[in-house]
Amino acid sequence: MHPNRLLSILTLSAAAIIGLAFTIPFHARAQQSTVPQSVPTSSEQVVHHNVPASTDGGTVIMLCDGKTSIEVKGLKAGEPMSHAQAIAVTHELMDKWRRENPGEKWEMAQENQPESAASAAANAPVSAAHSAKSPPPTRKIQQGDTYASFTDRDYKIWQTETDKFVAEGKTIFHSSKLLGSTIGVSCDMCHPDAANTHPETYPKYQVQLQRVALLRDMIDWCIENPVKGKTLSPDDEKLRALEAYILAQRKGVPLDYGKH
Amino acid sequence: MAARHKSVETKFMEDRSHVLESLKRLDRRSFLKVAGAAAGAVLAKGLMPPHSFQLVEVANAAVTKSFETQGESGNRPFRFAYLSDSHLYERTINQRFIRGAVKAVEDINALDPQPDFVLFGGDLAQLGRRAELEMGRQILAELKAPVKMMVGEHDWFLDLGESWQDLFGPPNYSFDWKGVHFVTLMSVHEKDFWTARHMTPEERMNTVAGLDNPIQSRFEVGTAEREWLKKDLAKVSPSTPLVIFSHSPLYKYYRNWNFWTEDADQVQAILKPYRHVTVIHGHTHQMLFNQIGNISFYGMLSTAWPWPYAPTGLPALTVQMNRADPFDQLDGLGDGNLQVRADGLVDKVYNLWDRNPISVKADYLTSHGKIDRPPAPQFASY
Ligand code: HEC
Repeated sequence: MHPNRLLSILTLSAAAIIGLAFTIPFHARAQQSTVPQSVPTSSEQVVHHNVPASTDGGTVIMLCDGKTSIEVKGLKAGEPMSHAQAIAVTHELMDKWRRENPGEKWEMAQENQPESAASAAANAPVSAAHSAKSPPPTRKIQQGDTYASFTDRDYKIWQTETDKFVAEGKTIFHSSKLLGSTIGVSCDMCHPDAANTHPETYPKYQVQLQRVALLRDMIDWCIENPVKGKTLSPDDEKLRALEAYILAQRKGVPLDYGKH
Repeated sequence: MAARHKSVETKFMEDRSHVLESLKRLDRRSFLKVAGAAAGAVLAKGLMPPHSFQLVEVANAAVTKSFETQGESGNRPFRFAYLSDSHLYERTINQRFIRGAVKAVEDINALDPQPDFVLFGGDLAQLGRRAELEMGRQILAELKAPVKMMVGEHDWFLDLGESWQDLFGPPNYSFDWKGVHFVTLMSVHEKDFWTARHMTPEERMNTVAGLDNPIQSRFEVGTAEREWLKKDLAKVSPSTPLVIFSHSPLYKYYRNWNFWTEDADQVQAILKPYRHVTVIHGHTHQMLFNQIGNISFYGMLSTAWPWPYAPTGLPALTVQMNRADPFDQLDGLGDGNLQVRADGLVDKVYNLWDRNPISVKADYLTSHGKIDRPPAPQFASY
């Protein structure tokens, strides 16, 4: 990216942050002890895979771990592979990953269906603040895999970051100003603790929207009406934070897409 | 003023209640004929397929007959109506909630015969501002029947009741009407959470206005007012029917949202000696009823927005209303009316806008659900 462009984005986002900080209403301030007052940054840097350059003119393909890569010889950038070649390449990638991560178990999603926890799920929504449930893997159990090399501290940092994001969503959810409401209405007025937002039922068909809606579509609809603000684009930090808060209130509830 | 301009919804509801009223006046033989025609009319207007409401209302008609006979202690049956929880913002900010309140006023003015009086159930204003309260008073002034005012937390916590009392008088009072003793309570006192936090009046108001804001205290009637209640009841005989108006539920439903009265047990103990006690409360914005000992509880609908059922604590006797349709501004809202029977028990009609009305009979509660169960919801909360 051109350095000047980066600079102007940084300036803009700083302005946005200041702007938002000014509009936090006394309502949010009154909640100071429960809601951290950090404000969504609209242009936090998105990290991309750092793919090594090709060594002999082929295309380098990297796994989702951001580390394991192979080069497909003779494949020009932007050129599609045949189905058979694609299968061969993915197998080769997985083989390499297994070699580099001995002892790591690759689990098939279908074998891992959670037991029906429906009855437990009907219970009270869980508060946003909770620490990581499963204990971090210890070196005594398995060795050498990526996740085992993280420490308790790493997990705590991640959890804190996640909770912060959820708390930002909570602030927005409770603030007619941050939602851009022109009529002084915020989500919590009708959804205390995000009750009855049912994020676990998406995607589902919404007749009035005449399409299969994702949670974010429904949030946007509610921002437009009844809140009477401007809809947010799907990658808007405020929309992402709202989604995070709403989902966090339903921890433990089984996914049940399509439910009405 | 909108009372002179009828909304589409009001016209529709008028048509419907006209049909229902004429049904009540029919004998059995002509009933089927008209019920068929009514079902046709209702279908033509695009309402849901006809089901419960004709039957429910005809069942009512039988009861209405017995109202006209004299009660045991010479009490006369009568009807009063309510609207509640209008949460008005000033006109420049939000018209939607104003429309709701105006619609309820139109509904009640269309009742024939008129109710003896109208209860306003509290939370007239959204943020306790004088302008909100004054506009609310203007809207309520359009009611033909006399109005009994009750205060809610949204009316109170900006100036701790100064404007409200200035406009409407003392928040707790009692009166007798046709053999029934009525008491209106101020049941949304909160222990001081604001001084230590150095909150401005606006901050205090906004904290209380956030249903899920945990900083605030729980609602209570408080020691002083409980003493007042005892004194007020000292002259009332235990056989006299009591009807209590309270903004908070006067029992413990869900603490986190203040669907709750901290000293509910003490208040219930004061009411215990009385044979028939009915509590009519606001705040919860949903169809909600309960029976604890001798006391029947009914929650009122809001004219502004419906609230979800709380995740725990819902009384077993409550039949939930269907979840509201987020695409319909009026759904899950409404007003209602209450028929005080000659024996002092209260039958209640939830007048849900854009839906069929639902009757909740006193006998349903006093029999602990054995008879007169209201129709089950198709879309319960989950
Ligand atoms: C005036 C009241 C009101 C306001 C304000 C409001 N909603 Fe809603 N919303 C409703 C009602 C009523 C429903 C239907 C609830 C149900 O299905 O039980 C609903 C439904 C939803 C649903 C879909 C639930 C489902 O079961 O699929 C989502 C998601 C949602 N709201 C999010 C929001 C968000 C986010 C905001 C703030 C931007 C908001 N709402 C503001 C009243 C409101």
